[in-house]
Amino acid sequence: MTPSLLYALAGAALCGIGLFGFILISHLLRKLLAFNLMGSGVFLVLVGLAQHRSGPDPVPQALVLTGIVVAIAATALAVVLIRRYYHLAGKTALDDAARETLRDQGSRQVREEPGE
Amino acid sequence: MSRILRSLSVASVCLVFVAGLAFVIWEISAVATPVDLPARLAENLERSSVENPVTAVLLNFRSYDTLLEIGVLVIAGIAGISVARTSSLEDPELRTSDELLYALQRWLIPLMLLLAGYLLWAGSDRPGGAFQAGAVLAASGVLMRLGGIPMDFLRPGLMLRLGLSLGFAVFLLVAVASALHGGEFLAYPPEMAKTLIVVIETVLTLSIAMVLLALFVSAPVNNAEEPEEGGS
Repeated sequence: MTPSLLYALAGAALCGIGLFGFILISHLLRKLLAFNLMGSGVFLVLVGLAQHRSGPDPVPQALVLTGIVVAIAATALAVVLIRRYYHLAGKTALDDAARETLRDQGSRQVREEPGE
Repeated sequence: MSRILRSLSVASVCLVFVAGLAFVIWEISAVATPVDLPARLAENLERSSVENPVTAVLLNFRSYDTLLEIGVLVIAGIAGISVARTSSLEDPELRTSDELLYALQRWLIPLMLLLAGYLLWAGSDRPGGAFQAGAVLAASGVLMRLGGIPMDFLRPGLMLRLGLSLGFAVFLLVAVASALHGGEFLAYPPEMAKTLIVVIETVLTLSIAMVLLALFVSAPVNNAEEPEEGGS
């Protein structure tokens, strides 16, 4: 058990926390944050695991550096899209299509039942 | 009640996920690697003509990744700009009237520009490089934007297009030129490698800063309260 392995395991924990938030939170901006947390966990696993085996390894470090820059650009694009969505729809969460149809059917059944 | 049940079930799924991931990491960490990458990199470092191994990997051994990465950045920047409304570029509401910010700006921005230049140059033999320098440059641009300093080059036009595409274009030009010259795609001629890497790093810094700044500026700001389309 080296400190580097601890980093990799902490990365796994971050992935789990991010996944939890990504599934449960409906606010789009927070969903994006949770998704970024997952990404950070993956970076931590990559660097920590390589460092545990053979000391500081420049190859995964360069990979992670590339990944960070792409993640920043993707996050910024996602924020622009979320703001646009909020501007157009006035909502901060996506519609849950399945639940909406369920609710519609349920109310229709309730309304139709007394007539029968 | 169903809410608590739902979060409990999601939490258990996530716990199982983390446990599986941790188990796999533990297993992998016990296995020895067949190839010793750091040692191979150290052997070949002289051929790359830069002393910092991370820069050598980014801009010489795996420069194809970096080329694609700057391509992704340019596409993200273009998409962000095309979604945004150009009227928000000169929005006076975004400017803060914070006097501390104005006072600090005069000190911070020259320092940050200097730091960006240093990081760019340091990338050849110690930690640093195009991405760090580009991030600092973009951050100083964000500070300038918050302080209301006019930045006309961010308006859609020739300067914006040039700034966005410069890094990718020069990188691609070098790659194609080295391929036409008889070598492989992206294999620099050894005697010119250092010059080429510094030139590519410089244009990459400019382009990365431009993409990040354009994405920051292009978020539609002013009409967030009214969900109706077509006000301005």
